[in-house]
Amino acid sequence: MTRFSLLFVLTAAMVLSACTDRFGGPGAGAAGSAAGSASDPSSPAYFQQSVGDRVLFAVDESTLNAAARATLSAQADWLKANRMFTAVIEGHADEQGTREYNLALGARRASAAQEFLIAQGVAPDRLRILSYGKERPIEVCSTESCYAQNRRAVTVLATGAGA
Amino acid sequence: MMTRFLAALAACLAGLAPLTAAAQTGPLRIEITEGVIEPLPIAIAPFLAEGGAAQALADDITAVVRADLEGSGLFRAISPNAFISPITSFESPVQYADWKAINAQGLVTGAVSVSGDRITAKFRLFDVFSEAPLGEGLQFAGSGDAWRRLAHKIADQVYARITGEGGYFDSRVVFVAETGPKDARQKRLAVMDYDGANLSYLTDASTLVLAPRISRDGRQVLFTSYDSGFPRINLLDTGTLRTRALENQPGSMTFSPRFSPDGGTVLFSLSQGGNTDLYRMPVSGGTPTRLTEAPSIETAPSYSPDGRQIVFESDRSGSQQLYIMPAAGGEARRISFGPGRYGSPVWSPRGDLVAFTKQNQGRFHIGVMRTDGSEERLLTASFLDEGPTWSPNGRVVMFTRETAGAGGAPALYSVDITGRNLKRVPTPGAASDPAWSPLLD
Repeated sequence: MTRFSLLFVLTAAMVLSACTDRFGGPGAGAAGSAAGSASDPSSPAYFQQSVGDRVLFAVDESTLNAAARATLSAQADWLKANRMFTAVIEGHADEQGTREYNLALGARRASAAQEFLIAQGVAPDRLRILSYGKERPIEVCSTESCYAQNRRAVTVLATGAGA
Repeated sequence: MMTRFLAALAACLAGLAPLTAAAQTGPLRIEITEGVIEPLPIAIAPFLAEGGAAQALADDITAVVRADLEGSGLFRAISPNAFISPITSFESPVQYADWKAINAQGLVTGAVSVSGDRITAKFRLFDVFSEAPLGEGLQFAGSGDAWRRLAHKIADQVYARITGEGGYFDSRVVFVAETGPKDARQKRLAVMDYDGANLSYLTDASTLVLAPRISRDGRQVLFTSYDSGFPRINLLDTGTLRTRALENQPGSMTFSPRFSPDGGTVLFSLSQGGNTDLYRMPVSGGTPTRLTEAPSIETAPSYSPDGRQIVFESDRSGSQQLYIMPAAGGEARRISFGPGRYGSPVWSPRGDLVAFTKQNQGRFHIGVMRTDGSEERLLTASFLDEGPTWSPNGRVVMFTRETAGAGGAPALYSVDITGRNLKRVPTPGAASDPAWSPLLD
């Protein structure tokens, strides 16, 4: 009586081209291309370990506290002294939130860090922002000790023109 | 008799009506106590193999019809071992007394035949206590690999005839299949039947993908992809698996894409300079039109079924809440006022309800409320429930439930809008972000 054709003919074939995750994939936030040792003040390793590549936020907040402002001031000084680097600032959220809201919240956090760096004299065209929402936690427990580390904005260095 | 039975079941289904015990007389036994309905006993006779069909195929189809109906929580299939007079011919008259004797309220009979690669499945539904067919016999035909769809279509017919509501079994779900530890999760788009069968993957694990939505015809999937390194909305053709980016303004991020009811428009969020607002653009491409202009977060939009309004979430009041505005943008009215935060609203296909995620005092809930914000009811509670999606008939909500801790992982669950029949949707591994298609054609 009723005839129908099968609309959903799906093959498992993967035709998507493989893409390289420019930002280091899971756990991105470490300076993946870190060249030179941490003792070299112009190295990404030094930036990451001695300057400090990340700032942390309170629950559902994007306000920079005193510690965050101090870290970002040091980042700004370093970026002004090492002009071959550009940076992508990654905003992250803890898992206690809905997925898309957390994407927007991560963008807000990354933007707060970016605005601060620009105000400290870093050229705007050297900075881009990116949000991972709650998709890339670095700590995996489900308590505040982990959440506090995951609510972060991480300044990830890159070399080359135009971030 | 059947009228009373229908009325009682309809009252149960209404869900939003006060859950009082339905009137019961004679053999019709639908008892509601504290919101728990007693499933209706029905007999599903093993489908007969006719005209070249193997009995195994007929048995498989019978099993899917039974699983669909029982899975709805509204029916209990009586064991065939209790049957007094087995059905031996699709055409022979029904011995109603034998089915009354085992208290079968309804009887489903069926037969399956095969010609070449073509399967035909037919069924009849009988109201045992009225001693009459309920609707006409129907048959469905399809290619050999579509046998599950034939079964789902039969179950949809049975469900619809007995409840007076549309069915939801012949439908698909697109979702995100997850593998790997919590701090190195890999995500792929996948699509499957509503019951977990016929799963296939739409993307590989090389790129982070989030929150897909499926078009009405099932041929397109909108989702957020990090293929460029930054989140942006993509459109995937489920036939060719080709993907293209819909929007790519340098310096911005786009996410949270949703189809309009006619499939021609995509609503989405665009983040620029840390501020997130709602936009729309043609699915075929073009210039985005901005719908909100506020310094707050506006995201997770969902069109009303008539396409005239949009429900979305915003933290313009200081915390995540739900708002409704005209489809062209403009003044929005807040509809959520309870304690806690509200997100990821989804307008019911029936138009009467909005499903949402609620976060309150460290717990997450899936809930529903009327579109004016009244009659809020929470259906679930856990460490992390989020992202509801509606069944085609607006009776069931599927969502993501994630467990806590280092070994925590997400899975798909569904629940009736009465709060009953909470159950896990089978997937081969961890899964999140389900989006339920309308009934297939």
